[in-house]
Amino acid sequence: MRGNGSRLRLKAIQIALLAGAFLAWHVLTSPTLLPPIYFGDADKAAFFFGEPLKVFSRLLDWFVSGEIYRHLWVTLIETLLAFAIGTLGGVGFGLWLARAPLAAAVLDPYIKAANAMPRVILAPIFMVWFGLGMASKVALGVTLVFFIVFFNVFQGVREVSPVILANARMLGASPRALLRHVFLPSAMSWVFASLHNSIGLAFVGAVVGEYLGSAEGVGYLIHQAEGVFDINTVFAGILLLTAFALVLDWAVTILEVRFMLWQPRAGETEKL
Amino acid sequence: MKAVLERGGAAALALEGITCSFAGAAGEPGYTAVREATLVVEDGEFVSIVGPTGCGKSTLLNVAAGLLAPSAGSVHVFGQPLAGLNRHAGYLFQADALMPWKCALENVVAGLVFRGAAREQALETGRAWLRRVGLEGFGDRFGHQLSGGMRKRVALAQTLALDPAILLMDEPFSALDVQTRVLMENELLDLWSADRKSVVFVTHDLEEAISLSDRVVVLSAGPETHPIGEYAIDLPRPRDVSEIRLLPRFIELHGRIWRAMKSEVLKGYARQRQ
Repeated sequence: MRGNGSRLRLKAIQIALLAGAFLAWHVLTSPTLLPPIYFGDADKAAFFFGEPLKVFSRLLDWFVSGEIYRHLWVTLIETLLAFAIGTLGGVGFGLWLARAPLAAAVLDPYIKAANAMPRVILAPIFMVWFGLGMASKVALGVTLVFFIVFFNVFQGVREVSPVILANARMLGASPRALLRHVFLPSAMSWVFASLHNSIGLAFVGAVVGEYLGSAEGVGYLIHQAEGVFDINTVFAGILLLTAFALVLDWAVTILEVRFMLWQPRAGETEKL
Repeated sequence: MKAVLERGGAAALALEGITCSFAGAAGEPGYTAVREATLVVEDGEFVSIVGPTGCGKSTLLNVAAGLLAPSAGSVHVFGQPLAGLNRHAGYLFQADALMPWKCALENVVAGLVFRGAAREQALETGRAWLRRVGLEGFGDRFGHQLSGGMRKRVALAQTLALDPAILLMDEPFSALDVQTRVLMENELLDLWSADRKSVVFVTHDLEEAISLSDRVVVLSAGPETHPIGEYAIDLPRPRDVSEIRLLPRFIELHGRIWRAMKSEVLKGYARQRQ
């Protein structure tokens, strides 16, 4: 990280590593290149691990034919809805509970239980309740996102410096003004810290939900391919989901930089 | 706000027979921080409270602010009994109390906004105050982009922008380096002499107390703190805090008050070592 040169070298090594991995994948699975060391039948390696060239041609197919856009769109909408609803619910509930000690004490064991439960297992119930469409996937994502945001908001409100609070009160802040000018901004810094986690889990909720039962979405594509042992399509779906998750993560980083201006960043200097 | 105040010769702040006890943990005795303390601050008077560390100076100030209800005793503000927060008082805290998510200007106008001032007018007043504390052009900076002295100035502007009749200050400059501190003390005196608010200034630094105040109140070592002496400071104003320390009268006052304080300081130190 010393200068442009070393950064360029780092990138080059990273790309070489990726290319190397794909090359190894190709060599180890191609029926024509691989001597039968482990598998008696040369086609078996390809059957279990797929072949990168076929995986890429499948990806190319999806984008050229335009077939994939509908599925990506469905997965994106499910993820964003789960993220938005889960975050709003978590912020609202967290703010309320942090300011209502009695309710917090009463609900404490139930919140702990709900959080400890492996909530992915709720997916079948949501399918029964909300059907096989988007709603059941969104519901699953919401249960995952909600708790992360909720705990962070709860913590954020509790951790407000008593001096800042006393100062705001001396300046004449009403309870509503305290909520808006002190508790909410303090909680938001914690929410933003957990944003990478929560968007990731919203994505998990959407994909797992699709995988368990749906007629659209990238998770559905993977499930279909798996049903006919089309391992290349499964790998293509996985690669696509990974790229998609990286894009979401990058979007969150941009959001973070935009909204968290007031937080100091390490080694920050003035721009002239 | 000040214009509508019925002052009628009443003291700005009158704490009478204040006792503050805090409940101990289960099975342990409670702790009495302040016992039977009485303190009267006249309108326009600058009073400093000095005492050894941990003697309950801040407790007394919190009672005056209405942040803490005393176990016994009464608080009157301009003759009216105090209920809830003291709306006539501005409080400058020892620790950093600025909201880190607001820029300097937004912090300065926070009190005005909380009290329902029109936004444009509040910003106008805020900018004027930033100018007065020497931070013109720093309005859009966040806390972490300002030095400790600058943050204190913002806090001072934030408090003074509301034009409080009473100013409560809890060791506001104790975290600053010596040079910045002298600058801030002079600035405070300048601002104070412009409209003579009533000031209660808590500090452990006797020199600071004498050079700023009209009167110095010495507290006993805690627990069960109470005032043990009052000294009128008859040094001429306007003062320059770095020069006034060289006057013979200053040295004489310092000697007298220090002799009264010394045994309390030693007592407080011995208790803390236990």
